[in-house]
Amino acid sequence: MAEVLVFVDHVDGAVRKPTLELLTLARRIGEPVALAVGAGAEATAPVLAEHGAVKVLTADAAEFADYLVVPKVDALQAAYEALSPAAVLLPSSAETKEIAARLAVRIGSGIITDATDLEAGDEGPVATQAVFAAAFTTKSRVSKGTPVITVKPNSAPVEAAPAAGAVEALAVTFGEKSTGTKVVSRTPRESTGRPELTEAAIVVSGGRGVNGAENFAVIEALADSLGAAVGASRAAVDAGWYPHSSQVGQTGKSVSPQLYIASGISGAIQHRAGMQTSKTIVAINKDAEAPIFDLVDYGIVGDLFEVVPQLTDEVKARKG
Amino acid sequence: MSLRIVVCVKYVPDATGDRHFADDLTVDRDDVDGLLSELDEYAVEQALQIADEADDAEITVLTVGPEDAKDALRKALSMGADKAVHVEDDDLHGTDVIGTSLVLAKAIEKTGYDLVICGMASTDGVMGVLPAILAERLGVPQVTLLSEVSVDGTVVKGRRDGDTASEELEASLPAVVSVTDQSGEARYPSFKGIMAAKKKPVESLDLEDLEIDADEVGLEGSWTAVDSATERPARTAGTIVKDEGEGGKQLAGFLADQKFI
Repeated sequence: MAEVLVFVDHVDGAVRKPTLELLTLARRIGEPVALAVGAGAEATAPVLAEHGAVKVLTADAAEFADYLVVPKVDALQAAYEALSPAAVLLPSSAETKEIAARLAVRIGSGIITDATDLEAGDEGPVATQAVFAAAFTTKSRVSKGTPVITVKPNSAPVEAAPAAGAVEALAVTFGEKSTGTKVVSRTPRESTGRPELTEAAIVVSGGRGVNGAENFAVIEALADSLGAAVGASRAAVDAGWYPHSSQVGQTGKSVSPQLYIASGISGAIQHRAGMQTSKTIVAINKDAEAPIFDLVDYGIVGDLFEVVPQLTDEVKARKG
Repeated sequence: MSLRIVVCVKYVPDATGDRHFADDLTVDRDDVDGLLSELDEYAVEQALQIADEADDAEITVLTVGPEDAKDALRKALSMGADKAVHVEDDDLHGTDVIGTSLVLAKAIEKTGYDLVICGMASTDGVMGVLPAILAERLGVPQVTLLSEVSVDGTVVKGRRDGDTASEELEASLPAVVSVTDQSGEARYPSFKGIMAAKKKPVESLDLEDLEIDADEVGLEGSWTAVDSATERPARTAGTIVKDEGEGGKQLAGFLADQKFI
């Protein structure tokens, strides 16, 4: 069976959920061989093996942390050359899309980003994508070279599929250009204790209607009652009420959780682009004419400061 | 010595319009108004600010696209860019990101540059990979997805806010930079700027000028193939209720029915 190279997104050895989802999709195309680079790379092996990786290639060097993106491209290229895989898959994030794109150019291949599904086809893997703010669904293939495809979080279930997961060190030579962009300092984002926005099963978002940074406590309380991540519309972020890292929309994060609750968000096209693929959509807004109501499974026309706290109390009560 | 800045911009279908596909499954550009991608306005703005700080700088704005794409160049010129380069060729129809990056890289090399500035993504394709590919093709550092950027002599510095950390980056020129919508509001063209833009030079280049074969670009030369594009079915109308004091409780009932609580 053909090997499929999967790039692992991890933080100090803790594999992030989208990579495990990706292993589910990789198994539809062939035998997943995972590549983990940087500090903690070897520690990723057990969980990758548990989810179908027949082999785990690892590489660690100071370059991965000290220079931007390119050393990781060098490692992926080394793994590609060692394997000659049928496809190269990466979870979609800002950084991994850049890694994927540079690899594609180096190996003379096409690239597809932000796939929401992947299946084997006669002419190679077929990727589903949501385009034009998710108004259209396309099916595409890479038609030249080895397919390089990035896949969005929440595109497949995480499934156990125990495999050998033999760990092998990968030799990587860094080119002169790899050390061009120096990471002078790195400030880790403070953990909110809530799920990661792009990975969360439930997202509760606030917009212009929240009307102030201090009022986001109301949104956070609902999120915490549901075990959800907190998102914000661009209007709320631009007003300085919530950090940009939580922005849902075209220029922020794209989310497709099981449940999306929009509070005080009108539903401008830029916001819809980032959340329209959510499975169940709920909105609370004072304005009955807000475009967000065109998308909802359940909408409440009302004051979020009345509805949201009442909902939070009810969720807590029902959860006992 | 003059700092040569090239800003790559894209002419895109208006996202608030009704965007769809043409019969060949490329983006239909006839049925919806086009404009300068909003995210590229941030790139033009940062170029203008960097040029203001430099002793001597020249900003060239570059686009690849049909005749209409000149509108995007005019907008950038009216904001304050000095000159424009327009790559237009019938054989470019349907070119994907790999092909477009090849055309841009050749045009950038022909124009000459110390710094290339791009927006974080286009508002139509939204891949966000073009700046990284340009850096790969040009063989220069990529300093991408910056929320803050500055040039100090021959060094470009910036802040990249990632998923897990915020990074301060530094690279020597020449380099490729991309900026996010957090980099600073783009200015509106002044009346004076709009009038001045009419007199600024717009150079036209075709594939022959760039020594690119037609089969390396266009729909035929594309590295990807779209097999189908279907309009997402309209959502079945959801339940919409007016809050009469029990809205939160009713919503909790809906969420419980859907097994979310």
